[in-house]
Amino acid sequence: METDVKELPVEKRNHQTYILVWLGLVLLTGITVSMAGMKVGRLGIAIVLLVAAIKSGLVLCYFMHLKYETGLLFKLMIPIVLAALTIFIGLTFTDIAFR
Amino acid sequence: MKMTKNGVLEETHPIPSFYEDQGKYRGILAWIFSTDHKRIGLLYLFSVLLFFSVAVFFGFLMRLKLIAPGFTLMKPQTYNAVFTLHGIIQIFLVVIPAIPSIFGNFFLPIQIGARDMAFPRINLLSWWLYLSGAIIVFLSLFTGGGPVDTGWTFYAPYSLRTTVNVPLAVFGVFILGMSSILTGVNFVTTTHRLRTSGMTWFRLPLFIWGIYATAWVQILATPVIGITLLLIMLERYFGVGVFDPAKGGDPLLYQHLFWIYSHPAVYIMILPAMGVISEIIPVFARKRIYGYKAIAFSSMAIASVGSLVWGHHMFVSGQSDLASVIFSLLTFLVAVPSAIKVFNWVATLYKGSIELKPPMLFALTFIFLFSIGGLTGLFQGALAVNMHLHDTYWIVGHFHYIIFGGMGFGFLAGLHYWFPKMFGRMYDCKKATWAWLILFVGFNVLYFPMLILGWEGMPRRYYDYPPQYHTLHLISTIGSWILIIGLIWILINLIQGLRKGSKAGDNPWGGATLEWQIPSPPPTENFERIPEVVRGPYEFR
Amino acid sequence: METHQDTTGSKIGMWLFLLSEILLFGGLFILYSSYRYKNPLEFHLAAWELNRVLGTINTLVLITSSLCMALSIFYIQKGDRTYAVFFLLATLMLGFLFLGIKYVEWTAKIGHGLYPNSSRLLTRGKGDILFYGLYYSMTGLHGLHVLIGLVVLSVMLVLVLKGKINEHHFIPLENSGLYWHLVDIIWIFLFPLFYLIT
Repeated sequence: METDVKELPVEKRNHQTYILVWLGLVLLTGITVSMAGMKVGRLGIAIVLLVAAIKSGLVLCYFMHLKYETGLLFKLMIPIVLAALTIFIGLTFTDIAFR
Repeated sequence: MKMTKNGVLEETHPIPSFYEDQGKYRGILAWIFSTDHKRIGLLYLFSVLLFFSVAVFFGFLMRLKLIAPGFTLMKPQTYNAVFTLHGIIQIFLVVIPAIPSIFGNFFLPIQIGARDMAFPRINLLSWWLYLSGAIIVFLSLFTGGGPVDTGWTFYAPYSLRTTVNVPLAVFGVFILGMSSILTGVNFVTTTHRLRTSGMTWFRLPLFIWGIYATAWVQILATPVIGITLLLIMLERYFGVGVFDPAKGGDPLLYQHLFWIYSHPAVYIMILPAMGVISEIIPVFARKRIYGYKAIAFSSMAIASVGSLVWGHHMFVSGQSDLASVIFSLLTFLVAVPSAIKVFNWVATLYKGSIELKPPMLFALTFIFLFSIGGLTGLFQGALAVNMHLHDTYWIVGHFHYIIFGGMGFGFLAGLHYWFPKMFGRMYDCKKATWAWLILFVGFNVLYFPMLILGWEGMPRRYYDYPPQYHTLHLISTIGSWILIIGLIWILINLIQGLRKGSKAGDNPWGGATLEWQIPSPPPTENFERIPEVVRGPYEFR
Repeated sequence: METHQDTTGSKIGMWLFLLSEILLFGGLFILYSSYRYKNPLEFHLAAWELNRVLGTINTLVLITSSLCMALSIFYIQKGDRTYAVFFLLATLMLGFLFLGIKYVEWTAKIGHGLYPNSSRLLTRGKGDILFYGLYYSMTGLHGLHVLIGLVVLSVMLVLVLKGKINEHHFIPLENSGLYWHLVDIIWIFLFPLFYLIT
């Protein structure tokens, strides 16, 4: 994810990007919902979470403008919080899954 | 400045200190509604010391109860409530907020060359939340089913079933957590945005690195205990079932969630104290700190690796062997950055020009006591040894060495170091030295026997004990009296300094960080002109 | 004393607060993943009892409200107050719609006797009790955040109408938008975990 892309000044922008992102989100929603009916077994939850992650990424980068923020702090915020969650869930699972 | 008739240049309007009311409020309102980070720091100082005194009193009562086997000072239920409250107050109302909210608030903006925090009003809100949380916790003593008896750890399923006022107490702690999170947000933003020109990251005082690392832990870890406490309330009121074995819930998951915060919490406690020590040692050894970058990075390392070790509180809980092994390994790893700091502080002393003023005495004894606390932690981190030491007085001794010997002495070091700056007056150094000595002796007489007691099998949180443990308990109780005398004398000495002490200059200790370049006490906006920084914080030549 | 606004600093503060919110829900996700792991079949079957149509509609409602939120900020930056107010109102209405649908879902379940500690739920298996316990806790906490968001956005609406938020000063609206988008993101994860697990 490049966050060094400078956003155009507001006079030069139009609402097109937002509409496109919204369409993407609706499409991805449609994909996950239709998958729920299909038999994909245990891979299913991984795919469903992956789609959720992509949707969140779109909201973060475009609606929340994270793609256009400069500075190390902004670039690190989401990785830091993901690392924290992964560690917390992961280490808890070394207990839950191995009793 | 103006020229008088005699040709003398004199101050026409000396800049008022931050103590003089300048805003729209007067008197006490000018304090409790102030957004000045220095006033807020002092509000915290007053509240923290008040709550600390209450908790010390509870500790005094506990030690008194345990002076001899069979001594019936109080009922068992009362004893359970006393040790629970002692823990809740000390941990959530004193040790976690103390250094960040008092010295962090007072000195972060000044040390980075700013006029105030990034969010002054949120800073005030943090204090009001802190006070509200404290009031709610105290209310829980007298309402509902009475004071909590679960231990400060509120373990399920007992906390779900006991009839005492668990909901109000945990709600109070929840509010305190919100205060902590907002403080963290304020500190991170301030450090990133308000450093003056020339104040690069590696010219920051190490105290700032300490509270910066702490602030990240406050932001990321505190919410986890927030949700855990919320779930305790939901369980009690709605029977949700997530921790109740009868409904398929797992009490061990409560412990995981609880310690995911509460272990990093101890790093919230110690990192700022380590920051204080890193400030004091160079000044009183007249020497640049050894290994600045190592200490800065170690602060971040302690914050991160410290978030990976929580399961070491649960070795005997029934968690899987795999988890225990992993957490044990990680626990040994987290000792490394702390050890690096200890090494660097000692290396700073080598060939230094050491002055044993009170701040330095507290700092040096910090290193000694923290080392004992840390080393005893390594014993506990070993799985086989932990079997025998868990829930014994060894643990109680360990954490008092680390928290009181560590953070407590670090706090007192900071208080004696920054006292002249905050109050514009100097205390009696000789009396401070005697009080320090009494405290140090009392501390070890109180807590070292606990290590032995625990080693010999004395369980913690027990209301009574068999006669074979009597001698060590007696010694420990006498130690508590010596310690309290030391604390009282420290307090009296500082209050006397406030009222009758000589006026302190701008830089009584010869420090090189920015707070020593401004008047004591500082003016409201800290700097007449925002300084430009050209060198590091520990250049004494 | 110079009091210039540090809008980047203000934004950083809001982002840091959002990180803490993510961790708040994170605790519940730890519980969810643990209990799902231990009761996979029961969670799968219990999910069929939730109304997938309403859940999907709610997801689309929140996604669209995020679009409207972003557009509202876009237009305030352009100085177009009419469109900014329009899209802010749309965000609010969609938010209320979300809560309305949630209310319908909850009352239906409660009417069927499926709520924490109900006698009916307690006769079912432990996996079911946990599923519903987590369902009510997580969607409840999320709903509370939606409600808080609506209150905040209503205040923003008033400020926009009064002209206090405009193309020169819109950071409060931007920060409120960040909060609202996070509420959307949390639902983006809650939805599949409760309604769609296969």
